[in-house]
Parts: sequence; structure tokens; C-alpha cells
Amino acid sequence: MGDARTIAVTVNGRVHERTVETRLTLSDFLRHDLNLTGTHVGCEHGVCGACTVLVNGRSARSCLMLAVQCDGQEVATVESLAKGGKLNPLQQAFQDCHGLQCGFCTPGILMTLTEFLRDHPAPDEAAVRDAMTGNICRCTGYQGIVDAALAAAKRMRETRS
Amino acid sequence: MKPAPFVYHDPRTIAEACDLLATRENARVLAGGQSLMPMMNFRAVTPGHLIDLNRIGELSYLRVANGALEVGAMTRQRELEFSTDVGGRCPLLHEALAHVGHRQTRNRGTLGGSLCHLDPSAELVNVTALLGGTLHAVSTRGGRNIPFPEFAVGYLTTSLAPDELLAGVTLPLPRSGHGQAFVEFARRRGDFSIVACSALLGLDARGNIAGAAIALSGMSHAPVRPAAIERALRGQKPDAAAFKAAAAEAAKLDAAGDPFVSAGYRRHLARVLTYRALEQAAARARETAHG
Repeated sequence: MGDARTIAVTVNGRVHERTVETRLTLSDFLRHDLNLTGTHVGCEHGVCGACTVLVNGRSARSCLMLAVQCDGQEVATVESLAKGGKLNPLQQAFQDCHGLQCGFCTPGILMTLTEFLRDHPAPDEAAVRDAMTGNICRCTGYQGIVDAALAAAKRMRETRS
Repeated sequence: MKPAPFVYHDPRTIAEACDLLATRENARVLAGGQSLMPMMNFRAVTPGHLIDLNRIGELSYLRVANGALEVGAMTRQRELEFSTDVGGRCPLLHEALAHVGHRQTRNRGTLGGSLCHLDPSAELVNVTALLGGTLHAVSTRGGRNIPFPEFAVGYLTTSLAPDELLAGVTLPLPRSGHGQAFVEFARRRGDFSIVACSALLGLDARGNIAGAAIALSGMSHAPVRPAAIERALRGQKPDAAAFKAAAAEAAKLDAAGDPFVSAGYRRHLARVLTYRALEQAAARARETAHG
């Protein structure tokens, strides 16, 4: 191993301590070191959005961060969404509205929308489409994704009130 | 695609970072990582030492002082995007930010990183050129202020010395009453723009143009401020005829073609976008005057 460091990263609420090469990206750390393979790796240069995770609550491309940069930080991946095998309202809406076909882009889209719907609980279609510009889907034509995001927002508002 | 091995440093102070930059061979500074990380993943850039600025708190600030916006080099684009100071006093910067990549990249990307990367189509570089920003560089030898035209010296190339670090930027705020606009053309939302145009327009008491500033990016290695067009607008009525004449001159500016976009098409966009930016800036200047 070349230049290495021991880091402690909180992922989905659990602290993981590992010794890693400093050049290791966050996406590879999640997948290979922590076996959290829900985070997908598409383009590895920050264009496709498949590897989007939340770092301290904000969406970020995990292929454009180093694992060492997350020492002491909190990361949330798609594995944090379902609880006890039960899909959360956003995931359920994706199933109901056919928001995915092959599913490769879905983890990144779910994490992007997790942040977006938290910050904008009542978006219109244009705002959802704008929020989705950083995630590429090659199957759906986005229609199902937009429907799912709007349906999830509505359901989450109803549950809250 | 993985970065080639490097030695990683995460200094906590500017002084520490300058010291590393002055003493390590083949060192690169990592800001938000939204441009350098892809280049490292592609191995287009293979630094021996990576100096990560993300843990230097003193590089991140945003304040209004002396009629200017003072921004730390590590201030995230999202902080500018959601700042009421920016939205209220410099709406064109706010509009430009909406075109900078995507939410996920603005969460990490920084003003300083964008300026130092100096992509020809970068929106934040355009706005810095329009506002006549001053860049503050530091090194173990001391600090210096660099006006934007002396900063952008070539394609992806700044006048920073190898041991220098960009610490902050001062962006003079447009005087109140100036109309502001930022428009661009890109193939898809969030893509690199092909051409972008920003404009500032001030009107005098009679409603004529007292002063105009225009910055066009995507034409050359750095945004162009067409001084002759700006001068010619002064004293004119802010109407379609004046803006059409300015747009026609913008279409004569030098443009570089590439395999995807010809020079002719860039000049065409310069004409269209210059007109739109001036028209929008004028409408806003009139709104402020009457409002």
C-alpha cells in the first residue's frame, strides 16, 4: 500500500474504521471496503450521478471525493433508506410509478431526491426536472422518475400533516 | 479509472498549505474537486503531492464590505447560491450559479476552484471578468492582488506561480440601479455552455445609457470584455437599434472553433446572447428606476 491513513467514517449511522490508501475514492471505499454496493459507479468523472451519496446531509458525487476527506464526516448511502426491509416513501413511489427499469442510476437518483425533497417539500415538475439534471438515466426518459418524485413529495407532505 | 498514487496532505491553516506548496515537488492544490478529481481519475493530472484545502476554515467566508463581495477561495458555490447578499445585491451572479454544473457539484465546488481551473466556458469566471474582480494570492513570499485580466493568461492557465495559492476574491458589486443579466446557451441544462454573455447597464437621469459592461465567454481561452462595444453604447438610448448594433459587433469578435462547435456558430451565439443580455439588463434597469 502506498500513502495510507487510518480513517473513521460514519456511514448510515455506523462508524467504520479502516486503513486506506489516500488515493481511494469514496465510491470505491463504500463498495470495496464496506461492501455497500448499493452505490453504483458509472462514469467515474462526475457526469452520470449514479454514485451520488449524502456527505453531512448534502448530495455529492462519491467518485469525486477521496475516502480520506470523509474522515470524521457522516455519509449516507442508498442502503440507509429502507428500514427493516420496508421501502421508504420515496422508494415506494419509484416502484409504483415505474421510476426505474434497469436500476443502475436509481441509487444516485434516490439520494439526490432525498436531499432535494428534504429542502423543497412541495416542488413543481420544472423544479424536479431541474434537480434531476445531474443524474443520467438511459432507460426511462425520466417521465416515471419525475412522476415518482412528485408522488413521493405529495405522500410525504400528507404523512407530515 | 483511479487516481495515480500521490502523497496526501490536509493542512489546517493557509500558512501550512503555503509551506507545503513551497517545499513539495509536483504539488497540486485540491479545492472542491469537481474538476481536478475527474482529471486525476483520468490520469490527465498526476500530482506527486495533493494538498487538500477542505479543512482550512479561514479560506471559507462570504461578506459584503466597501461595496464589494469578499469571498474566500473555498467558499462553496452552494453558499453563494443560497446567500441573500448575493441574491439581493448581485442577482446576475445568482443567475450564473444556476448554470454551474448541478446541485451535487455546487455542494462541493468552490469559487476559487472554478477560477483556478479557468475553464473557458465557466460561468463564475465570466462573472468575475464582468465585475472586474481582484484575486488575492498568497505564498510563503507574501501576498499579492491580481486583477482578473492579469490572472487569466491562457487556456486553463492562470498567472499564479507554482508556490502560490488563491486565498480569496473581491468582486465589486454593481451600483444599485444597474440592470444585470446573465444568459448562456448549452446543449443541456448544467452542461458546459457553448457561449455565455453577462451584462451590466446603468441609465442616466434621461434614461440614456450611462455605462455598459459586457463579458462574453466561450469565444476564447478566457471571457472577453469588448471595450469598443461597451464604449459605443454610452450615451445611446437603450433600445433595440442600439442593442442590435452592439450584437452585430459582438458577432465580429474572434472565436475559436473546435470539432464540435465551429467558430462561426460561436459568433452567431455571441450576437444572439449579447442582444438578449442587453435587452434584459435594460428592462431591469428601467424597473429599478421606476420601482
